[in-house]
Amino acid sequence: MKQWIAFWNILKKDMRAYYLKPPNISWGLVFPVAWAAMFFIKSGRGLESVRTLLPGLMAFSILFGTTSLLSVTITFEKKNRSFERLLLAPISLELLMLSKTSGAILFGMANPLVPLVLAMFLTDLSGISWVALLPAALLISISSTFLGLFIAVSVSEVFEAQTFSNFFRFPMIFLCGLFFPVSSLPVFLRPFSYLLPLTYGVDILHGAIHGGNAMPLIWDFLIIMIFCIVLFYISLKIILKRWII
Amino acid sequence: MIELLYFRNSYPMTKLIEVKEITKKFDDITAVDGISFSVARGELFGFLGPNGAGKTTTINMLTGLARPDSGTISIGGVDCSKNPKAAQSLFGVVPDESNLYPELSGFDNLCFCAALYGMGDKERRKKAASLLETFGLKEAGHRKFAGYSRGMKRKLTIAAGVIHNPPLLFLDEPTTGIDVASARLIRQLIAELRDTGTTIFLTTHYIEEAERLCDRIAFIVNGRIVRIDSVANLLQPVKGMHSMMIFVSGMKPDLSMTLSSTFPDLRFSIPSGNMIRVESGAPIFVSPLARFLEDRNIDVMEARRLRPSLEDVFAQITGIESEKMKKEKEKKGGGS
Repeated sequence: MKQWIAFWNILKKDMRAYYLKPPNISWGLVFPVAWAAMFFIKSGRGLESVRTLLPGLMAFSILFGTTSLLSVTITFEKKNRSFERLLLAPISLELLMLSKTSGAILFGMANPLVPLVLAMFLTDLSGISWVALLPAALLISISSTFLGLFIAVSVSEVFEAQTFSNFFRFPMIFLCGLFFPVSSLPVFLRPFSYLLPLTYGVDILHGAIHGGNAMPLIWDFLIIMIFCIVLFYISLKIILKRWII
Repeated sequence: MIELLYFRNSYPMTKLIEVKEITKKFDDITAVDGISFSVARGELFGFLGPNGAGKTTTINMLTGLARPDSGTISIGGVDCSKNPKAAQSLFGVVPDESNLYPELSGFDNLCFCAALYGMGDKERRKKAASLLETFGLKEAGHRKFAGYSRGMKRKLTIAAGVIHNPPLLFLDEPTTGIDVASARLIRQLIAELRDTGTTIFLTTHYIEEAERLCDRIAFIVNGRIVRIDSVANLLQPVKGMHSMMIFVSGMKPDLSMTLSSTFPDLRFSIPSGNMIRVESGAPIFVSPLARFLEDRNIDVMEARRLRPSLEDVFAQITGIESEKMKKEKEKKGGGS
Protein backbone atom coordinates (compact mmCIF):
# COMPACT_ATOMS: atom_id res chain seq x y z
CA MET A 1 0.00 0.00 0.00
CA LYS A 2 2.81 2.43 0.95
CA GLN A 3 4.55 1.79 -2.38
CA TRP A 4 1.34 2.61 -4.23
CA ILE A 5 0.98 5.91 -2.35
CA ALA A 6 4.47 6.73 -3.63
CA PHE A 7 3.57 5.51 -7.14
CA TRP A 8 0.45 7.67 -7.34
CA ASN A 9 2.18 10.77 -5.98
CA ILE A 10 5.13 10.48 -8.37
CA LEU A 11 2.66 10.22 -11.26
CA LYS A 12 0.60 13.14 -9.93
CA LYS A 13 3.70 15.29 -9.44
CA ASP A 14 4.98 14.59 -12.97
CA MET A 15 1.59 15.37 -14.49
CA ARG A 16 1.46 18.69 -12.64
CA ALA A 17 5.10 19.61 -13.09
CA TYR A 18 5.60 18.56 -16.70
CA TYR A 19 2.75 17.08 -18.73
CA LEU A 20 -0.09 19.47 -17.90
CA LYS A 21 2.01 22.60 -18.34
CA PRO A 22 0.59 24.88 -21.09
CA PRO A 23 3.67 24.64 -23.37
CA ASN A 24 3.43 20.85 -23.37
CA ILE A 25 -0.31 20.83 -23.99
CA SER A 26 0.17 23.16 -26.93
CA TRP A 27 3.03 20.94 -28.17
CA GLY A 28 0.62 18.01 -28.08
CA LEU A 29 -1.96 20.04 -30.04
CA VAL A 30 0.02 22.14 -32.47
CA PHE A 31 2.56 19.59 -33.65
CA PRO A 32 0.15 16.87 -34.84
CA VAL A 33 -2.18 19.48 -36.37
CA ALA A 34 0.69 21.06 -38.30
CA TRP A 35 1.86 17.70 -39.62
CA ALA A 36 -1.72 16.70 -40.46
CA ALA A 37 -2.16 19.91 -42.42
CA MET A 38 1.12 19.35 -44.27
CA PHE A 39 0.24 15.81 -45.39
CA PHE A 40 -3.36 16.81 -46.08
CA ILE A 41 -2.27 19.58 -48.45
CA LYS A 42 0.47 17.44 -50.03
CA SER A 43 -1.91 14.53 -50.77
CA GLY A 44 -4.04 16.81 -52.97
CA ARG A 45 -6.99 14.46 -52.57
CA GLY A 46 -9.06 16.71 -50.34
CA LEU A 47 -11.05 15.19 -47.50
CA GLU A 48 -10.62 11.70 -48.98
CA SER A 49 -7.07 11.62 -47.65
CA VAL A 50 -8.07 12.26 -44.03
CA ARG A 51 -8.87 8.64 -43.26
CA THR A 52 -5.71 7.46 -45.05
CA LEU A 53 -3.52 9.83 -43.05
CA LEU A 54 -5.17 9.15 -39.68
CA PRO A 55 -3.17 6.04 -38.55
CA GLY A 56 0.14 7.71 -39.34
CA LEU A 57 -0.83 10.92 -37.62
CA MET A 58 -2.06 9.13 -34.51
CA ALA A 59 1.15 7.11 -34.24
CA PHE A 60 3.22 10.19 -34.99
CA SER A 61 1.60 12.28 -32.24
CA ILE A 62 2.05 9.49 -29.70
CA LEU A 63 5.70 8.96 -30.65
CA PHE A 64 6.66 12.62 -30.45
CA GLY A 65 4.54 13.41 -27.37
CA THR A 66 6.01 10.60 -25.28
CA THR A 67 9.66 10.51 -26.32
CA SER A 68 10.16 14.29 -26.25
CA LEU A 69 8.94 14.82 -22.72
CA LEU A 70 10.06 11.69 -20.92
CA SER A 71 13.64 11.67 -22.19
CA VAL A 72 14.04 15.33 -21.24
CA THR A 73 12.33 15.22 -17.81
CA ILE A 74 14.29 12.21 -16.58
CA THR A 75 17.60 13.62 -17.84
CA PHE A 76 16.74 16.97 -16.21
CA GLU A 77 15.91 15.33 -12.87
CA LYS A 78 19.07 13.24 -13.04
CA LYS A 79 21.13 16.32 -13.81
CA ASN A 80 19.74 18.41 -10.91
CA ARG A 81 19.97 15.33 -8.67
CA SER A 82 16.29 15.31 -7.70
CA PHE A 83 16.13 11.82 -9.23
CA GLU A 84 18.41 10.67 -6.38
CA ARG A 85 15.52 11.41 -4.04
CA LEU A 86 13.43 8.83 -5.87
CA LEU A 87 16.24 6.28 -5.91
CA LEU A 88 16.56 6.72 -2.12
CA ALA A 89 12.85 6.15 -1.48
CA PRO A 90 11.81 2.70 -0.21
CA ILE A 91 10.11 1.80 -3.48
CA SER A 92 11.28 -0.90 -5.89
CA LEU A 93 13.11 0.30 -8.98
CA GLU A 94 10.55 -1.40 -11.25
CA LEU A 95 7.61 0.39 -9.61
CA LEU A 96 9.54 3.67 -9.48
CA MET A 97 10.23 3.59 -13.22
CA LEU A 98 6.65 2.56 -13.97
CA SER A 99 5.43 5.56 -12.00
CA LYS A 100 7.89 7.86 -13.81
CA THR A 101 6.72 6.55 -17.19
CA SER A 102 2.98 6.42 -16.45
CA GLY A 103 2.61 10.19 -16.94
CA ALA A 104 4.18 9.98 -20.39
CA ILE A 105 2.02 6.96 -21.29
CA LEU A 106 -1.15 8.88 -20.34
CA PHE A 107 0.10 11.96 -22.18
CA GLY A 108 0.85 9.75 -25.18
CA MET A 109 -2.69 8.34 -25.04
CA ALA A 110 -4.17 11.84 -24.99
CA ASN A 111 -2.15 13.12 -27.97
CA PRO A 112 -3.79 11.08 -30.78
CA LEU A 113 -7.17 12.39 -29.65
CA VAL A 114 -6.30 15.61 -31.50
CA PRO A 115 -6.10 14.09 -35.02
CA LEU A 116 -8.94 11.71 -34.13
CA VAL A 117 -11.33 14.47 -33.05
CA LEU A 118 -10.39 16.60 -36.06
CA ALA A 119 -10.97 13.65 -38.35
CA MET A 120 -14.44 13.14 -36.82
CA PHE A 121 -15.43 16.58 -38.13
CA LEU A 122 -13.88 16.08 -41.57
CA THR A 123 -14.77 12.54 -42.54
CA ASP A 124 -16.90 9.54 -41.75
CA LEU A 125 -15.23 7.35 -39.15
CA SER A 126 -17.83 4.59 -39.11
CA GLY A 127 -16.43 1.12 -39.48
CA ILE A 128 -13.38 1.79 -37.36
CA SER A 129 -12.51 -1.14 -35.09
CA TRP A 130 -12.18 0.62 -31.75
CA VAL A 131 -11.43 -2.70 -30.06
CA ALA A 132 -8.15 -2.84 -32.00
CA LEU A 133 -7.49 0.90 -32.21
CA LEU A 134 -7.54 1.71 -28.49
CA PRO A 135 -5.22 -1.12 -27.34
CA ALA A 136 -2.95 -0.29 -30.30
CA ALA A 137 -2.78 3.36 -29.20
CA LEU A 138 -1.99 2.20 -25.65
CA LEU A 139 0.75 -0.17 -26.80
CA ILE A 140 2.28 2.45 -29.10
CA SER A 141 2.21 4.86 -26.17
CA ILE A 142 3.89 2.34 -23.83
CA SER A 143 6.54 1.29 -26.35
CA SER A 144 7.33 4.91 -27.33
CA THR A 145 7.52 5.89 -23.66
CA PHE A 146 9.89 3.03 -22.91
CA LEU A 147 11.95 4.06 -25.93
CA GLY A 148 12.07 7.54 -24.36
CA LEU A 149 13.13 5.94 -21.08
CA PHE A 150 15.88 4.00 -22.82
CA ILE A 151 17.10 7.26 -24.41
CA ALA A 152 16.92 9.13 -21.08
CA VAL A 153 18.96 6.57 -19.15
CA SER A 154 21.53 6.22 -21.92
CA VAL A 155 22.60 9.88 -21.95
CA SER A 156 23.76 12.43 -19.39
CA GLU A 157 22.71 15.80 -20.78
CA VAL A 158 19.32 17.19 -21.82
CA PHE A 159 20.61 18.16 -25.29
CA GLU A 160 21.96 14.64 -25.77
CA ALA A 161 18.51 13.28 -24.96
CA GLN A 162 16.98 15.46 -27.68
CA THR A 163 19.61 14.51 -30.26
CA PHE A 164 19.40 10.81 -29.42
CA SER A 165 15.56 10.98 -29.56
CA ASN A 166 15.73 12.35 -33.08
CA PHE A 167 18.18 9.65 -34.07
CA PHE A 168 15.32 7.19 -33.52
CA ARG A 169 12.28 9.33 -34.30
CA PHE A 170 12.99 10.79 -37.71
CA PRO A 171 13.92 7.49 -39.36
CA MET A 172 10.82 5.97 -37.70
CA ILE A 173 8.55 8.46 -39.53
CA PHE A 174 9.67 6.98 -42.83
CA LEU A 175 10.48 3.40 -41.87
CA CYS A 176 7.45 2.41 -39.80
CA GLY A 177 4.70 2.81 -42.39
CA LEU A 178 3.27 6.00 -40.92
CA PHE A 179 2.79 7.74 -44.24
CA PHE A 180 4.28 5.26 -46.75
CA PRO A 181 3.57 1.53 -46.52
CA VAL A 182 6.53 -0.60 -45.49
CA SER A 183 5.96 -2.64 -48.65
CA SER A 184 6.76 0.44 -50.76
CA LEU A 185 10.19 0.88 -49.14
CA PRO A 186 13.34 -0.34 -50.89
CA VAL A 187 13.97 -3.99 -50.00
CA PHE A 188 17.23 -3.24 -48.16
CA LEU A 189 15.39 -0.85 -45.78
CA ARG A 190 12.56 -3.20 -44.85
CA PRO A 191 14.51 -5.23 -42.22
CA PHE A 192 15.11 -1.96 -40.35
CA SER A 193 11.34 -1.33 -40.31
CA TYR A 194 10.74 -4.64 -38.59
CA LEU A 195 13.30 -3.80 -35.91
CA LEU A 196 11.19 -0.84 -34.78
CA PRO A 197 8.17 -1.31 -32.48
CA LEU A 198 6.18 1.45 -34.13
CA THR A 199 5.90 -0.59 -37.38
CA TYR A 200 3.69 -3.12 -35.58
CA GLY A 201 1.60 -0.46 -33.83
CA VAL A 202 0.99 1.38 -37.09
CA ASP A 203 0.00 -1.89 -38.77
CA ILE A 204 -2.70 -2.42 -36.12
CA LEU A 205 -3.91 1.16 -36.55
CA HIS A 206 -4.10 0.74 -40.35
CA GLY A 207 -6.06 -2.45 -39.88
CA ALA A 208 -8.40 -0.84 -37.35
CA ILE A 209 -9.11 2.19 -39.55
CA HIS A 210 -9.01 0.76 -43.10
CA GLY A 211 -9.29 -2.97 -42.50
CA GLY A 212 -6.57 -5.41 -43.53
CA ASN A 213 -3.22 -5.76 -41.77
CA ALA A 214 0.17 -6.47 -43.30
CA MET A 215 0.84 -8.97 -40.50
CA PRO A 216 -1.51 -11.14 -38.42
CA LEU A 217 -3.01 -8.92 -35.69
CA ILE A 218 -1.97 -11.26 -32.90
CA TRP A 219 1.68 -11.09 -34.04
CA ASP A 220 1.53 -7.30 -34.14
CA PHE A 221 0.27 -7.21 -30.54
CA LEU A 222 2.73 -9.84 -29.33
CA ILE A 223 5.76 -8.27 -30.96
CA ILE A 224 5.01 -4.77 -29.71
CA MET A 225 4.46 -6.17 -26.19
CA ILE A 226 7.83 -7.93 -26.37
CA PHE A 227 9.42 -4.64 -27.44
CA CYS A 228 7.84 -2.94 -24.38
CA ILE A 229 9.20 -5.55 -21.98
CA VAL A 230 12.68 -5.58 -23.55
CA LEU A 231 13.01 -1.76 -23.63
CA PHE A 232 11.87 -1.48 -19.99
CA TYR A 233 14.18 -4.28 -18.85
CA ILE A 234 17.21 -2.83 -20.68
CA SER A 235 16.48 0.62 -19.22
CA LEU A 236 16.40 -0.81 -15.68
CA LYS A 237 19.69 -2.59 -16.30
CA ILE A 238 21.25 0.66 -17.52
CA ILE A 239 19.99 2.50 -14.41
CA LEU A 240 21.50 -0.15 -12.15
CA LYS A 241 24.77 -0.02 -14.05
CA ARG A 242 25.15 3.73 -14.55
CA TRP A 243 23.22 5.38 -11.73
CA ILE A 244 23.74 3.00 -8.82
CA ILE A 245 27.44 2.58 -9.38
CA MET B 1 6.10 9.32 15.98
CA ILE B 2 4.49 6.02 16.96
CA GLU B 3 6.28 4.28 14.09
CA LEU B 4 9.54 5.86 15.17
CA LEU B 5 9.13 4.67 18.76
CA TYR B 6 8.21 1.22 17.53
CA PHE B 7 11.40 1.10 15.48
CA ARG B 8 13.54 2.28 18.35
CA ASN B 9 12.15 -0.33 20.72
CA SER B 10 12.18 -3.15 18.24
CA TYR B 11 15.97 -3.24 17.79
CA PRO B 12 17.65 -3.82 21.11
CA MET B 13 21.24 -3.64 19.83
CA THR B 14 23.14 -0.41 20.29
CA LYS B 15 24.81 -0.25 16.89
CA LEU B 16 22.56 1.28 14.26
CA ILE B 17 25.20 1.36 11.52
CA GLU B 18 27.91 -1.26 11.22
CA VAL B 19 30.40 -1.03 8.39
CA LYS B 20 33.07 -3.67 7.86
CA GLU B 21 35.98 -3.34 5.45
CA ILE B 22 34.14 -1.57 2.63
CA THR B 23 36.08 -0.69 -0.49
CA LYS B 24 35.01 1.24 -3.56
CA LYS B 25 37.10 1.76 -6.68
CA PHE B 26 36.38 3.91 -9.71
CA ASP B 27 38.54 2.52 -12.50
CA ASP B 28 42.03 2.56 -11.00
CA ILE B 29 41.23 5.09 -8.27
CA THR B 30 40.39 3.73 -4.81
CA ALA B 31 37.81 6.16 -3.41
CA VAL B 32 37.19 4.21 -0.21
CA ASP B 33 39.81 1.77 0.97
CA GLY B 34 38.65 -0.92 3.39
CA ILE B 35 37.09 1.28 6.06
CA SER B 36 35.29 -0.06 9.12
CA PHE B 37 33.29 1.78 11.75
CA SER B 38 30.05 1.63 13.68
CA VAL B 39 27.56 4.26 14.79
CA ALA B 40 25.57 3.77 17.97
CA ARG B 41 21.85 4.45 18.25
CA GLY B 42 21.24 8.09 19.17
CA GLU B 43 24.81 9.10 18.39
CA LEU B 44 25.86 12.14 16.34
CA PHE B 45 28.74 10.79 14.32
CA GLY B 46 30.99 13.12 12.35
CA PHE B 47 32.80 12.09 9.18
CA LEU B 48 35.51 14.60 8.37
CA GLY B 49 37.96 14.89 5.55
CA PRO B 50 39.19 17.07 2.72
CA ASN B 51 37.72 17.13 -0.81
CA GLY B 52 37.93 13.78 -2.52
CA ALA B 53 38.63 11.94 0.74
CA GLY B 54 35.73 9.53 0.17
CA LYS B 55 33.03 11.07 2.39
CA THR B 56 30.25 11.28 -0.19
CA THR B 57 31.18 7.91 -1.70
CA THR B 58 30.83 6.40 1.78
CA ILE B 59 27.41 8.04 2.26
CA ASN B 60 26.34 6.82 -1.19
CA MET B 61 27.31 3.26 -0.27
CA LEU B 62 25.51 3.48 3.07
CA THR B 63 22.33 4.80 1.47
CA GLY B 64 22.25 2.49 -1.54
CA LEU B 65 23.27 4.96 -4.25
CA ALA B 66 26.54 3.10 -4.75
CA ARG B 67 27.53 -0.52 -4.33
CA PRO B 68 30.68 -1.40 -2.38
CA ASP B 69 33.16 -3.59 -4.27
CA SER B 70 33.75 -5.50 -1.06
CA GLY B 71 32.83 -5.41 2.62
CA THR B 72 29.49 -5.31 4.42
CA ILE B 73 27.11 -2.60 5.59
CA SER B 74 24.37 -3.18 8.11
CA ILE B 75 21.78 -0.56 9.07
CA GLY B 76 19.26 -1.36 11.79
CA GLY B 77 20.16 -5.02 11.43
CA VAL B 78 19.46 -5.02 7.67
CA ASP B 79 22.31 -6.15 5.40
CA CYS B 80 22.44 -3.19 2.98
CA SER B 81 25.23 -4.59 0.87
CA LYS B 82 22.83 -7.32 -0.28
CA ASN B 83 19.53 -5.45 -0.17
CA PRO B 84 19.90 -1.66 0.09
CA LYS B 85 16.19 -1.03 -0.60
CA ALA B 86 15.20 -2.87 2.60
CA ALA B 87 16.87 -0.28 4.83
CA GLN B 88 15.80 2.85 2.96
CA SER B 89 12.70 3.43 5.10
CA LEU B 90 14.95 3.59 8.18
CA PHE B 91 16.83 6.71 7.18
CA GLY B 92 16.54 10.16 5.69
CA VAL B 93 19.21 11.66 3.47
CA VAL B 94 20.16 15.31 3.11
CA PRO B 95 22.58 15.44 0.18
CA ASP B 96 25.30 18.06 -0.23
CA GLU B 97 23.15 19.85 -2.83
CA SER B 98 19.60 21.03 -2.21
CA ASN B 99 17.92 18.72 -4.69
CA LEU B 100 14.20 19.34 -4.22
CA TYR B 101 11.86 20.10 -7.11
CA PRO B 102 12.23 23.72 -8.29
CA GLU B 103 8.74 23.88 -9.81
CA LEU B 104 6.97 22.78 -6.59
CA SER B 105 6.28 24.97 -3.56
CA GLY B 106 8.06 24.29 -0.28
CA PHE B 107 4.88 22.75 1.16
CA ASP B 108 4.28 20.56 -1.91
CA ASN B 109 7.90 19.43 -1.90
CA LEU B 110 7.58 18.25 1.70
CA CYS B 111 4.24 16.53 1.01
CA PHE B 112 5.75 14.81 -2.03
CA CYS B 113 8.77 13.59 -0.05
CA ALA B 114 6.44 12.26 2.67
CA ALA B 115 4.40 10.43 0.02
CA LEU B 116 7.57 8.70 -1.19
CA TYR B 117 7.67 7.02 2.24
CA GLY B 118 4.02 6.02 2.02
CA MET B 119 2.60 8.62 4.43
CA GLY B 120 -1.12 9.26 4.07
CA ASP B 121 -2.49 12.57 2.78
CA LYS B 122 -3.64 14.06 6.12
CA GLU B 123 -0.54 12.92 7.97
CA ARG B 124 1.85 14.37 5.41
CA ARG B 125 0.05 17.73 5.19
CA LYS B 126 0.14 18.02 8.98
CA LYS B 127 3.80 17.04 9.17
CA ALA B 128 4.77 19.38 6.30
CA ALA B 129 3.03 22.34 7.96
CA SER B 130 4.69 21.57 11.28
CA LEU B 131 8.17 21.27 9.72
CA LEU B 132 7.77 24.52 7.80
CA GLU B 133 7.08 26.21 11.10
CA THR B 134 9.98 24.50 12.90
CA PHE B 135 12.41 25.48 10.13
CA GLY B 136 11.16 29.08 9.99
CA LEU B 137 9.73 28.69 6.50
CA LYS B 138 6.02 29.04 7.25
CA GLU B 139 5.67 32.29 5.27
CA ALA B 140 7.57 30.89 2.28
CA GLY B 141 5.76 27.54 2.32
CA HIS B 142 3.61 28.29 -0.69
CA ARG B 143 6.36 29.86 -2.77
CA LYS B 144 8.17 27.84 -5.41
CA PHE B 145 11.40 26.18 -4.27
CA ALA B 146 13.19 27.73 -7.26
CA GLY B 147 12.71 31.20 -5.69
CA TYR B 148 14.18 30.28 -2.29
CA SER B 149 17.50 31.66 -1.08
CA ARG B 150 20.37 29.19 -0.60
CA GLY B 151 19.83 29.07 3.17
CA MET B 152 16.08 28.49 2.78
CA LYS B 153 16.74 25.73 0.24
CA ARG B 154 19.11 24.04 2.66
CA LYS B 155 16.59 24.24 5.51
CA LEU B 156 13.82 22.80 3.36
CA THR B 157 16.10 20.00 2.16
CA ILE B 158 16.82 19.07 5.77
CA ALA B 159 13.09 19.22 6.58
CA ALA B 160 12.48 16.85 3.63
CA GLY B 161 15.08 14.49 5.08
CA VAL B 162 13.22 14.15 8.38
CA ILE B 163 9.63 14.28 7.05
CA HIS B 164 9.09 10.54 7.69
CA ASN B 165 10.58 10.62 11.22
CA PRO B 166 13.58 8.46 10.35
CA PRO B 167 15.58 7.02 13.26
CA LEU B 168 18.74 7.77 11.24
CA LEU B 169 19.65 10.88 9.26
CA PHE B 170 22.54 11.29 6.82
CA LEU B 171 23.60 14.92 6.58
CA ASP B 172 26.11 15.72 3.87
CA GLU B 173 27.66 19.18 4.31
CA PRO B 174 24.51 20.76 5.79
CA THR B 175 25.88 24.28 6.23
CA THR B 176 28.16 24.71 3.23
CA GLY B 177 27.76 27.99 1.37
CA ILE B 178 24.90 29.46 3.39
CA ASP B 179 24.57 32.61 5.48
CA VAL B 180 25.66 32.70 9.12
CA ALA B 181 22.12 32.99 10.56
CA SER B 182 20.82 30.00 8.55
CA ALA B 183 23.91 27.95 9.44
CA ARG B 184 23.35 28.73 13.12
CA LEU B 185 19.69 27.70 12.91
CA ILE B 186 20.61 24.49 11.10
CA ARG B 187 23.19 23.60 13.77
CA GLN B 188 20.57 24.24 16.43
CA LEU B 189 18.09 21.99 14.59
CA ILE B 190 20.71 19.25 14.25
CA ALA B 191 21.36 19.42 18.00
CA GLU B 192 17.60 19.24 18.66
CA LEU B 193 17.26 16.20 16.41
CA ARG B 194 20.06 14.49 18.30
CA ASP B 195 18.44 15.39 21.61
CA THR B 196 15.19 13.75 20.49
CA GLY B 197 17.08 10.52 19.79
CA THR B 198 17.72 10.68 16.04
CA THR B 199 21.02 9.09 15.08
CA ILE B 200 22.93 11.46 12.81
CA PHE B 201 25.72 10.72 10.38
CA LEU B 202 27.25 14.10 9.57
CA THR B 203 29.88 14.93 7.00
CA THR B 204 31.31 18.42 7.11
CA HIS B 205 34.50 20.26 6.34
CA TYR B 206 33.75 22.81 9.10
CA ILE B 207 35.79 21.22 11.85
CA GLU B 208 34.54 23.61 14.53
CA GLU B 209 30.98 22.60 13.58
CA ALA B 210 31.83 18.93 14.05
CA GLU B 211 33.59 19.68 17.33
CA ARG B 212 30.55 21.54 18.64
CA LEU B 213 27.94 18.99 17.53
CA CYS B 214 29.43 15.51 17.32
CA ASP B 215 29.81 12.80 19.93
CA ARG B 216 32.40 10.90 17.92
CA ILE B 217 34.39 11.76 14.83
CA ALA B 218 36.18 9.82 12.12
CA PHE B 219 38.88 11.51 10.03
CA ILE B 220 39.03 10.17 6.50
CA VAL B 221 41.91 10.94 4.16
CA ASN B 222 42.49 9.33 0.75
CA GLY B 223 39.72 6.81 1.36
CA ARG B 224 41.09 5.58 4.69
CA ILE B 225 39.98 6.35 8.22
CA VAL B 226 43.08 7.73 9.93
CA ARG B 227 41.52 8.29 13.36
CA ILE B 228 38.19 7.62 14.99
CA ASP B 229 37.35 8.64 18.55
CA SER B 230 35.15 10.74 20.81
CA VAL B 231 35.63 14.52 20.59
CA ALA B 232 36.97 14.60 24.18
CA ASN B 233 39.59 11.93 23.43
CA LEU B 234 40.59 13.58 20.17
CA LEU B 235 41.18 16.87 21.98
CA GLN B 236 43.34 15.26 24.69
CA PRO B 237 46.74 15.71 22.96
CA VAL B 238 46.20 19.43 22.37
CA LYS B 239 44.75 20.21 25.79
CA GLY B 240 47.99 21.65 27.19
CA MET B 241 48.92 23.35 23.96
CA HIS B 242 49.10 27.14 23.67
CA SER B 243 48.66 28.88 20.33
CA MET B 244 48.52 32.44 19.14
CA MET B 245 47.86 34.14 15.83
CA ILE B 246 49.74 37.39 15.19
CA PHE B 247 48.46 39.66 12.44
CA VAL B 248 51.23 41.79 10.93
CA SER B 249 51.92 44.22 8.14
CA GLY B 250 55.16 44.24 6.15
CA MET B 251 56.04 40.55 6.34
CA LYS B 252 59.64 39.66 5.40
CA PRO B 253 60.87 36.53 3.60
CA ASP B 254 62.48 33.84 5.80
CA LEU B 255 60.83 35.36 8.87
CA SER B 256 59.69 31.98 10.12
CA MET B 257 63.27 30.69 10.14
CA THR B 258 64.61 33.82 11.91
CA LEU B 259 61.85 33.59 14.53
CA SER B 260 62.53 29.88 15.13
CA SER B 261 66.24 30.50 15.70
CA THR B 262 65.56 33.44 18.06
CA PHE B 263 62.75 31.73 20.01
CA PRO B 264 63.69 28.01 20.00
CA ASP B 265 60.94 27.06 22.49
CA LEU B 266 58.23 28.26 20.13
CA ARG B 267 56.96 26.76 16.87
CA PHE B 268 56.14 29.17 14.04
CA SER B 269 54.18 28.85 10.83
CA ILE B 270 52.98 31.43 8.30
CA PRO B 271 49.47 30.42 7.14
CA SER B 272 49.11 33.54 4.98
CA GLY B 273 51.00 36.71 3.99
CA ASN B 274 49.93 38.70 7.06
CA MET B 275 49.60 36.02 9.75
CA ILE B 276 52.10 34.25 11.98
CA ARG B 277 50.94 31.26 13.99
CA VAL B 278 52.85 30.52 17.18
CA GLU B 279 52.56 27.30 19.18
CA SER B 280 54.11 26.19 22.42
CA GLY B 281 53.74 23.76 25.29
CA ALA B 282 53.99 26.71 27.71
CA PRO B 283 52.18 30.09 27.83
CA ILE B 284 53.26 32.45 25.04
CA PHE B 285 54.30 36.03 25.94
CA VAL B 286 53.46 38.65 23.34
CA SER B 287 55.87 41.48 24.25
CA PRO B 288 59.20 39.84 23.23
CA LEU B 289 57.67 38.72 19.95
CA ALA B 290 56.18 42.16 19.25
CA ARG B 291 59.50 43.88 20.02
CA PHE B 292 61.40 41.45 17.77
CA LEU B 293 59.03 42.09 14.88
CA GLU B 294 58.94 45.87 15.31
CA ASP B 295 62.77 45.95 15.38
CA ARG B 296 62.57 44.51 11.86
CA ASN B 297 60.04 47.11 10.68
CA ILE B 298 57.16 44.66 10.82
CA ASP B 299 54.07 46.26 12.35
CA VAL B 300 52.06 44.13 14.76
CA MET B 301 48.38 44.82 14.13
CA GLU B 302 46.82 42.27 16.45
CA ALA B 303 47.71 39.20 18.52
CA ARG B 304 44.98 36.70 19.25
CA ARG B 305 45.19 33.74 21.63
CA LEU B 306 43.74 30.58 20.06
CA ARG B 307 41.81 27.96 21.99
CA PRO B 308 43.19 24.46 21.36
CA SER B 309 40.71 22.91 18.99
CA LEU B 310 39.90 19.93 16.85
CA GLU B 311 41.38 21.84 13.93
CA ASP B 312 44.81 21.46 15.54
CA VAL B 313 44.18 17.74 16.01
CA PHE B 314 43.01 17.41 12.42
CA ALA B 315 46.09 19.24 11.14
CA GLN B 316 48.36 17.09 13.36
CA ILE B 317 46.80 13.81 12.21
CA THR B 318 46.26 14.52 8.55
CA GLY B 319 48.86 17.18 7.83
CA ILE B 320 46.10 19.24 6.18
CA GLU B 321 45.35 22.78 7.30
CA SER B 322 41.63 23.09 8.04
CA GLU B 323 41.54 26.61 6.54
CA LYS B 324 42.86 25.23 3.26
CA MET B 325 40.21 22.49 3.33
CA LYS B 326 37.45 25.05 4.01
CA LYS B 327 38.57 27.30 1.16
CA GLU B 328 38.81 24.38 -1.27
CA LYS B 329 35.30 23.32 -0.35
CA GLU B 330 33.81 26.78 -0.67
CA LYS B 331 35.53 27.22 -4.04
CA LYS B 332 34.02 23.93 -5.15
CA GLY B 333 30.67 24.83 -3.60
CA GLY B 334 29.58 21.23 -3.09
CA GLY B 335 30.40 17.90 -1.59
CA SER B 336 33.27 15.61 -2.26
